[in-house]
Amino acid sequence: MDTTPFIVLSAILFTIGGIGVLTRRNAIVVFMCVELMLNASNLALITFSRANGNLEGQIAAFFVMVVAAAEVVVGLAIIMTIFRTRRSASVDDASLLKY
Amino acid sequence: MKFTAPHIEYDLLSPILIIVAVAVLGVLVEAAVPRARRYVVQVGLAVVGVVAALVAAFIVLGRINPTSDKPKLGYLVAEDALALDGPTLYSWIVILVLALLGVLLFAERRLEGGITAFAGQAAALPGTEGERQASAKGLEHTEVFPLLMFAVAGMLAFPAANDLLTLFVALEVLSLPLYLLCGLARRRRLLSQEAALKYFMLGAFSSGFFVYGIALVYGYSGSMSFDKIAFAVSSGSGSEALLLGGMGMLAVGLLFKVGAAPFHAWTPDVYQGAPTPVTAFMAAATKVAAFGALLRLFYVAFGGARWDWQPTFWAIAILTMVVGSVLALSQTDVKRLLAYSSIAHAGFLLVGFLGARSLSEINVGDINPVQAVLFYVTTYGLTTMAAFAIVSVVRDGSGEATQMSRWAGLGKESPLLAGSFAFLLLGMAGIPLTSGFTGKWAVFAAALSAGAWPVVIVAVLMSAVAAYFYVRLIVVMFFTDPVGDGPTVTVPSLLTSSVIAVGTLGTLVLGVVPGPLLDLLGRTAQFIR
Repeated sequence: MDTTPFIVLSAILFTIGGIGVLTRRNAIVVFMCVELMLNASNLALITFSRANGNLEGQIAAFFVMVVAAAEVVVGLAIIMTIFRTRRSASVDDASLLKY
Repeated sequence: MKFTAPHIEYDLLSPILIIVAVAVLGVLVEAAVPRARRYVVQVGLAVVGVVAALVAAFIVLGRINPTSDKPKLGYLVAEDALALDGPTLYSWIVILVLALLGVLLFAERRLEGGITAFAGQAAALPGTEGERQASAKGLEHTEVFPLLMFAVAGMLAFPAANDLLTLFVALEVLSLPLYLLCGLARRRRLLSQEAALKYFMLGAFSSGFFVYGIALVYGYSGSMSFDKIAFAVSSGSGSEALLLGGMGMLAVGLLFKVGAAPFHAWTPDVYQGAPTPVTAFMAAATKVAAFGALLRLFYVAFGGARWDWQPTFWAIAILTMVVGSVLALSQTDVKRLLAYSSIAHAGFLLVGFLGARSLSEINVGDINPVQAVLFYVTTYGLTTMAAFAIVSVVRDGSGEATQMSRWAGLGKESPLLAGSFAFLLLGMAGIPLTSGFTGKWAVFAAALSAGAWPVVIVAVLMSAVAAYFYVRLIVVMFFTDPVGDGPTVTVPSLLTSSVIAVGTLGTLVLGVVPGPLLDLLGRTAQFIR
């Protein structure tokens, strides 16, 4: 099986995620874009696992999912406190610290 | 199907296991112990745990001896997931010492009038009735101690990680608790929450790059473990593009943690907004862990591709030093100034990191780069810890007075404190007879012997620029008349005082007699491959 299309797809997803992080303003959407980057990485790991003929990539994908879940917990907690304080989840509004 | 159980060396891993156990116990304490007694139990647990882990780390260090007749560089443990060699154990000891100082700073209660520097109830909104009630009741979040212990556990695993997956998990275990700790300040909570948001968003973004880098390197070498990657790199099989892309993305993740330009943007905001005890611990210990991991990844796994990554790191080292030193010139906030100075220090550390050579090229008696970098992070860690501890005791009515103008006349108000702060600043500037001088000398010597003289020239110039803003702060403290009331120094309890004393003494001792530590590092600073 040719694995190249899957790698290309994962690169496209990763790029979409990366551009999303840089351009979107809502903290939740930015965070979703980060998750997209992590999942693109998972796709790449699994594809390389298939191409290399061993299981290490698949095992790593599980770990990445677990870590991403932990990151969601911490991230949503932080975004929630910011939203409750400022009544806004825009990352541009949080700008007291600068220069 | 037959299942083979993995072999875990519990005795060798005991320092990490103790810290994780203390962290988990700390969570149980939160659930089971009455609120009034939690503080004492948590602090006691954390101190005992870190000291026990420190003793265990020294015992494990005693079991390796790289220079005897039958050299034993170290052990690969837990199915080769972790490598316990000289650099790992040395980083462990430094991290645990810094963690102990961190626990003392976290436990400080006198500065806020009998309560810790952390939010009474993080869920209560700033400036509301709920927050007032929480502080009237004297609530405090003792969860910070288990969070600190989890972060320490991640930091211990980070420089020891011998495969990419362990490296990633350790990175996240050290980062996630720090994101939360940044948002838990008792005062100036808006700044603190903003710091947490920024740190988290950028940290998650960089870990996205890190994971994709792992995937690419795995695609290149067909394995996660460093020795197999090193073998693939030296045999030159596989696609070069995958290797270069993977190395670059892994470097992004690690350089973000280190705070190197152009991935430094979070550093000043987070250092300024986070509660000062957290800033102190984070600034000091994260650098030790991240440089330990950076050295192992790029020396052991990517050592064979040195000519590919070295030019990029030259550029990053130069950029980091220039950005850190030049932007620090215009700062008016002491915490922010120290943050930019920490960026500059990351640059100086990268100069030492550029001393990479193959082992056969290192002559007897030369400073080897691992030795130089590990020595520098030790000196930097102790100095920074004490400097931030001093920042936490200079206060006015609204908490810490971090505006530099408020520090005018501190030399008259409290000569001892201002004197030790001035000494620490001179240490950061790298004046002789302070540890900063020895550290800078070591990293510059290591880089020079690898032929990185252009970087060293920039580094010397930037040290001069950096000396200017350190001295400016000293001038403000001693030779400027205070505006209005002037600063007040709240006398801290023994906890913060001992951190300041240890940091200042460390800066002095490592500056006057650096020999024994450099010798120890020279003997042990060899990676097991």
